[in-house]
Amino acid sequence: MKIAVQTEAFDLNAEVVALYQANPKVGAVASFLGLVRDINEGQGVSTLSLEHYPGMTEKALAQIVEDARQRWEVLDASVIHRVGALRPTDPIVLVAVASVHRGDAFAACEFIMDYLKTRAPFWKKEATPEGEHWVDARESDDHAAARWGR
Amino acid sequence: MKVRLLYFARLREVFATAQETPETPANVQTLADLLDWLRQRGGVWAEELAVGRAYRVAVNQDLVERDAALHENDEVAIFPPVTGG
Repeated sequence: MKIAVQTEAFDLNAEVVALYQANPKVGAVASFLGLVRDINEGQGVSTLSLEHYPGMTEKALAQIVEDARQRWEVLDASVIHRVGALRPTDPIVLVAVASVHRGDAFAACEFIMDYLKTRAPFWKKEATPEGEHWVDARESDDHAAARWGR
Repeated sequence: MKVRLLYFARLREVFATAQETPETPANVQTLADLLDWLRQRGGVWAEELAVGRAYRVAVNQDLVERDAALHENDEVAIFPPVTGG
């Protein structure tokens, strides 16, 4: 299992390959790549800065992956989240899950992402031509996480 | 007791502090008590920590409910709803 919070970019292919190359039981890897969009709430975004809570962030992500393991057959998983200054089109988060079959891989990947959005302590601040502002949490993210029940 | 308080993101800016280590009065036993005590500072503290406002609290890096008990040297973080991903 890999949990990383970093400023540097990551290599999607290398991260996916690392999940299966040493384990012939892996029959499926589902991956999710989140990107910085250039439009949020109708304003042009010039840069995004990501703050987090060092220590709790890693602990929360590890717990979310552990919760996924309790629900599905997860052979391995990687969660990488970037912090610091990011621009539109920059990759910001990667969640990749290796399993025997695709069903578990898809479900666990989506679950981890939904929980990350509502439980991992990251905050986004946008700098637009109109000034800086903290991004508001979305109710739709709470609904997405609630779908999975307890 | 002494607790370590951390503030993040918008709340760090509004409170104009990232962390503090106050000595709380003896009647502060739970997280709810601590929040009441902080609200007594008035101003932005009373406003931002008002009941019904959306903020989260973690004790020793775990999200907790307001009735959580506090202990000497606990790390209590108060922050806005998260917006990662």
